[in-house]
Amino acid sequence: MVPEATFTSYYGRAIVKPSPWEADIPAYLFAGGLAAGSSLIAAGADLTGRPTLRRSGRLGAIAALSFSMVALVHDLGKPSRFLNMLRVAKLTSPMSVGTWILSIYGPFAGAAAGAEVVRMLPARYRVGPLRLAAYVDRPAGVLAALFAPPVAAYTAVLLADTATPSWHAAYKELPFVFVGSAAAASAGLGLVTSPLEETGPVRRMALGGAVAELLMEHRMEQSMGITAEPLHQGKAGRLMRAAKALTLAGAAGSLLAGRSRTVAVLSGTALLAGSACTRFGVFEAGQASARDPKYTVVPQRERLERDAPVRFEG
Amino acid sequence: MAGKHSLFGPVDPAADAGYDEDHPPRKGFFTDTSICIGCKACEVACKEWNDVPSDHFSMLGSSYDNSFSLNANQWRHVAFIEQPKRMGEQESGLRRQAAERAVSLGMPAMGAPPDVLKAEALRGDPPQGEVMLPESGQDDAVDRPDFRWLMSSDVCKHCTHAACLDVCPTGSLFRSEFGTVVVQDDICNGCGYCVPACPYGVIERRKGPEGAKNVGIAQKCTLCYDRLDAGATPACAQACPTQSIQFGDVEELRERANARVETLHEAGIMDARLYGNDPDDGVGGAGAFFLLMDEPEVYGFPPDPVVTTKDLPDMFRKAGLAALGLLAGVAVSFVGKRG
Ligand code: SF4
Ligand code: SF4
Ligand code: SF4
Repeated sequence: MVPEATFTSYYGRAIVKPSPWEADIPAYLFAGGLAAGSSLIAAGADLTGRPTLRRSGRLGAIAALSFSMVALVHDLGKPSRFLNMLRVAKLTSPMSVGTWILSIYGPFAGAAAGAEVVRMLPARYRVGPLRLAAYVDRPAGVLAALFAPPVAAYTAVLLADTATPSWHAAYKELPFVFVGSAAAASAGLGLVTSPLEETGPVRRMALGGAVAELLMEHRMEQSMGITAEPLHQGKAGRLMRAAKALTLAGAAGSLLAGRSRTVAVLSGTALLAGSACTRFGVFEAGQASARDPKYTVVPQRERLERDAPVRFEG
Repeated sequence: MAGKHSLFGPVDPAADAGYDEDHPPRKGFFTDTSICIGCKACEVACKEWNDVPSDHFSMLGSSYDNSFSLNANQWRHVAFIEQPKRMGEQESGLRRQAAERAVSLGMPAMGAPPDVLKAEALRGDPPQGEVMLPESGQDDAVDRPDFRWLMSSDVCKHCTHAACLDVCPTGSLFRSEFGTVVVQDDICNGCGYCVPACPYGVIERRKGPEGAKNVGIAQKCTLCYDRLDAGATPACAQACPTQSIQFGDVEELRERANARVETLHEAGIMDARLYGNDPDDGVGGAGAFFLLMDEPEVYGFPPDPVVTTKDLPDMFRKAGLAALGLLAGVAVSFVGKRG
């Protein structure tokens, strides 16, 4: 039993402010990861001749991306000023960097999805400029895949680059947790949508992503000290437990998913749900850590007691 | 003009932001809480001058603090802390009051005797109008009560390394020529990123009240940018009747603060300490710093705040590695055996 940390506060009031973000933002984190992973899968499927997987990857990516853009804009205090994000490119702002990453990735993902839709049209409609789609098809898909990984990874920096105790303290491992989660979710979507003979790669990816996510999440908690507590308490705790159970189940299922469509669909769904729970869980844990002065005061006070405050040296 | 200390370390923030050499000296506040009387003139003056809506008020049961905290509608906030502790050599004045009563010419006294007086001083049943106090030295609590009231007017720190400014994706938050940190209301899109970024919990997205200006936009102290431009003193400092809030050049204020702590220490008030004055600290030194009488967290300050962007290069490195890992992982999944 770790003894309850004692600390002083001003009438128990929060010191740092929790972000004003609501469910939009964790939904955005999830959908962004899903889009990125799906673009990667689509390109892989395209290059290895797996048409259904390619199609579900491209369409899944654009759907998830559109959803995430709506969530992002909806969360702004002044949605009409969304484009102000593009006024500047600021390396010190992960949100600025992320917006630019998305605005490079987005058009390629869109073009690949567009080309996919053209492919789905009956031949007699593929006339005029639509015939150009065939030339755009693979290059757009490959470029989307190349710009996709940063989309999945930057969202971890978005959270970590704050004074929110349970986000900042997680910064070393959170990007790995998030890309693992993105891989698992997008592989899950592939498992749900594609026939067994095409799902070999996504089964491996599902397993790899899920294992990476679980291991890195464990390591993250080890290194966070007291700020790991909120990951186990209340709403965040329930979400994180659900995430673990679902991701484990999905990973186990992926081992058998080559034999049965039913298992594939179930395991894919579990992975998707597990990834969503991870994002919501990490989000809620951060919010809770900001609302309780304990997580701001205790680690800082502990540094001072150790005579090791954060000071600039030379 | 990003330099090598742009994210962390001592730096002149205005020069670092690209202002040329003849920019005005950095402006800030030294808030000496040892002489704050908790009158809240600063809170009121700030609201008046900056047209900050008044809401959030309720009786909070936290001494005289009913404005809760710094937030979008509270750019100055006076904290009140009651402690069962002596403040230096502070005297109660009860003995003087009793002496004055003893030679009273029948003038009405000022209100009822305070509770302390009743409980601790009025032993037995003294004749009306006369106050019996224990001999000096017998009961120290009469002369030097075990009670102190800490008051402190908090404000945006105008950090040398301001996380709010660093993370703002629209450039709405900017560094002024005075080295201060200001929101441009007409550019902010309300993304809210600055809110969790601030290590002191200062800036906030305005939620209301309905019909107020700038709802949905991040709001905080501007260090009265408009007044500085006109060569005037910020409204809060101007209104402060005790000079607890001292406005001026940061360099000079730092010296003044050092001298003040020394004076207090010489007077035996060893609790006095500075907070936020050190250019080597986690935010590169605050433009608005404080003289406190207790640990920072007692007042609701973080004890060792650090600008989150100090770690940003490392965060991006980790994210880059993770991104490469994802790319490699997917590639391996696809080149593996068919099936
Ligand atoms: S105290 Fe907070 S709001 Fe003020 S400049 Fe520093 S980071 Fe920004
Ligand atoms: S809310 Fe406004 S000021 Fe704050 S980071 Fe976003 S755009 Fe910048
Ligand atoms: S400097 Fe101006 S804006 Fe800032 S707290 Fe004082 S009065 Fe308010």
